[in-house]
Amino acid sequence: MSSCGSPIPLSAGHSKGRAALGLIHRHRPAEGAGGVGLRKTSSSLPDKKPFGTRLKEDWMHNKWKYIMLVPAVIYFIIFSYKPMYGVIIAFKNYRPNKGIMGSEWVGFLHFKNFFQSPDFGRILRNTFSISGLGILFGFPAPILLALLLNEIRNEPFKRVVQTITYLPHFVAMVIICGLLKTFCLSDGVFNTIIQAFGGTATPLLQDSKFFYPILIGSDIWQGIGWGSIIYLAAIAGVDQEQYEAARIDGAGRLAQMWYITLPGIMTTVMVMFVLRMGGILNVGYEKILLLYNPATYEVADVISTYTYRMGLQGAQWSFSTAVGLFNSVVNIVFLLVANKFSKKVSGNGLF
Amino acid sequence: MKAKSKIKKSKGDMIFDVINTCIMILMVIMTLYPFYYVVIASVSDNTRLQAYKGILMLPQGFNLGAYKLAFEHPLILSGYKNILIVLAIYLPLSILMTVLCANFMAAKKVMFKKPLVLFMMFTMYFSGGLIPTFLNIRELGMYNSLSALIIPGCLSLYNAFIVRTAIEGIPDSLYESAYMDGASELQILFKITLPLIKPTLAVILLYYGVGKWNEWFSAAIYIKDNAKLPIQNILRSILIENSEILNAKEYGDTVANSFTETIKYAAIVISTVPILCIYPMVQKHFTKGVMIGAVKG
Repeated sequence: MSSCGSPIPLSAGHSKGRAALGLIHRHRPAEGAGGVGLRKTSSSLPDKKPFGTRLKEDWMHNKWKYIMLVPAVIYFIIFSYKPMYGVIIAFKNYRPNKGIMGSEWVGFLHFKNFFQSPDFGRILRNTFSISGLGILFGFPAPILLALLLNEIRNEPFKRVVQTITYLPHFVAMVIICGLLKTFCLSDGVFNTIIQAFGGTATPLLQDSKFFYPILIGSDIWQGIGWGSIIYLAAIAGVDQEQYEAARIDGAGRLAQMWYITLPGIMTTVMVMFVLRMGGILNVGYEKILLLYNPATYEVADVISTYTYRMGLQGAQWSFSTAVGLFNSVVNIVFLLVANKFSKKVSGNGLF
Repeated sequence: MKAKSKIKKSKGDMIFDVINTCIMILMVIMTLYPFYYVVIASVSDNTRLQAYKGILMLPQGFNLGAYKLAFEHPLILSGYKNILIVLAIYLPLSILMTVLCANFMAAKKVMFKKPLVLFMMFTMYFSGGLIPTFLNIRELGMYNSLSALIIPGCLSLYNAFIVRTAIEGIPDSLYESAYMDGASELQILFKITLPLIKPTLAVILLYYGVGKWNEWFSAAIYIKDNAKLPIQNILRSILIENSEILNAKEYGDTVANSFTETIKYAAIVISTVPILCIYPMVQKHFTKGVMIGAVKG
C-alpha cells in the first residue's frame, strides 16, 4: 500500500486500505480515538437572507478560502476528470492520429469482444480468487496480531514487536518481489524449509499452484503490522471493567480475548470487512506484474494486468479502456452495495 | 493491577503467555530475516554466495566490491539523482497542495463546501482507468519527462483528510483573536494553523515521500530513457528482469559481471537506507496519523 496518491489508477478507488482508514464516516465518536476532530454541527437556524446577499457575504468572508482551493480543483480537472472524459474511447475505435473526437464510434463492440473472449472468464476468475483468498487469509491476520499483541504485558517488548512489524509496510514492492524471486529459487530459503519437512525442491514461481500462496503470504508479511494499528486503537477503547468482572468470574486470558476483546472491536472489524468487500476487484496489480511469467499467466492474470498488457504493450487502446471501464463500474457497484450494507449493520459508511 | 494479575496467574494463563511470546518472537524473526539476509548477502563474496545453498545465516566471505561498484555505476547514480530531483519538487508541492485543500475542507460556514468536496471525492471512487490516464499524460507532453512523476499524484485526498482533521482540532478561540488583530487568511494559515499541526505534516510528508520513493509503475510506463529512470526502476531491472542493464556497453566496462549477485543486495541496501533513517523519527506519530484518518466526519 503506497502512501502517496497513486497517479495511475488502474481501477476505481485507489488503495482500499487507505480509503478505509481515511474515509469512515463516524456518526458517533469512535472508540479508542476519543472522538478526535468530531465536526461541530453548523448552526441549524434557517437562513432567511436572500440568495444574492448570502452569496455576497460568503464571498466576502471566504474569498481566500476559495482562491486557495483553485489549485486543487484545477488539479482534479486535469488529472482526474479529463481522463474520465477520455473513457469515451471505450466506445470508439481510437486512433492516436485522429484524436479522441475524430475516432469513429463503434458502440459496445469492445465490450462484446471482451465478454466473448476466452480471457474474460479466466481473468475474472483469477481476480475473484486472489481477492477472495486475500479476504480469507489476509483480512483476519492483522486482527489476530492485534489481539495477541494486546495480551503482551511486557510494554517494551510489545513496542519492539510493533516497531518491527510496521517496518515491511515501508519497503518498496520492487525489493519485496526481488527477494521473493531469490527465496523461491529451487535452492532458495523456501525450498530449504520445504525439504526440511520432507518435500521436494522446485522453482516455486514457475509453478502455478504456488502462485497464490506466495502472493497472499507476502501480502500478509508486508501488511500485518500496519494493518493491526487500527485494531489496537479499537482495543484500547474496550471497557476495562469488563475484564475485571471476567477475571472475578475466573475467565482465563484466552477466554477474555475471545469473549471480551473480540466482541469489543467487532464494529471496527465489520466496517473494515465491508470496505474490503467493496474493493473486491482492486487486486494489487503491481506485485503480480513483477512476479508473474508465462508459466503462471493462467492463474495470475487479473483485470488490471490484462488492461496493462493489452493496452500499453499491445496498443489496443480502445479495447483495454473498455476492460478498465468494466472494472471501474463493477467496483463502484460493489462499493455502493457494501456501503449500504455497512450503514445497515454498523451505522458507519463511506458516504 | 499489574501485580495483582501476576499473583492470580493460573497455569492456563502461563501457558498462553509462553505460546504468545513464542509467536511474537517468531514473527519478529520472520520479519527481520529478509532484512538481515540482504545485508549479509551484500557484503558476501559473489562466487561463494552463488554457490551457497540453504538458509543464509552468516556472510560468505567478505567483499565490499559490490558497494564500490554500486556507488560508481552511472545508472545507479542517475537513478538516485532522478528520484532526488523528483522529491525536491514533489514534496513541497504536494504539502502545499494538501494544506490548501485541507484548509478549505476544514473551513466552517462556507456555502459551496459540500459540492466542492464531493467534486473532489468523486475522483477517489471513479477514475478514467489506466489507458485514458496514460493518453492524458502523453497529450499534456509529459511523456518521458520527470514531470510525469512529479505533478500527477501530488495531491492525495486521503492525506488531505488527515490534515483537515488536524486543522479542525485547533480551537476556534485561537483564530478569533487573530482575526480581531486583522491578520489575513494567508497569515493565519502559515503563522497559526501550520505550526500547530507540525506532527501531522511530518506524517503526511513521510507518506508522500516514501510513496514516491517506492513507486516504480509510473516511471515504468511514462519514462523511456534509462538515464531518466528513478532508482526503483533501476532496481527492477536488476532484481526482477535480471537484465544486463548494468553491463551495457554504454556504461563502460563489464565489471558488474563479477558481482552479479551481490550487486543486487548492495543496491537494495543503498536504496532502502534513506527510508529506514527517516522511519524512527516519524514512527511515534503513526498511530495518531492513522487514527486521525479513521475518524473523519
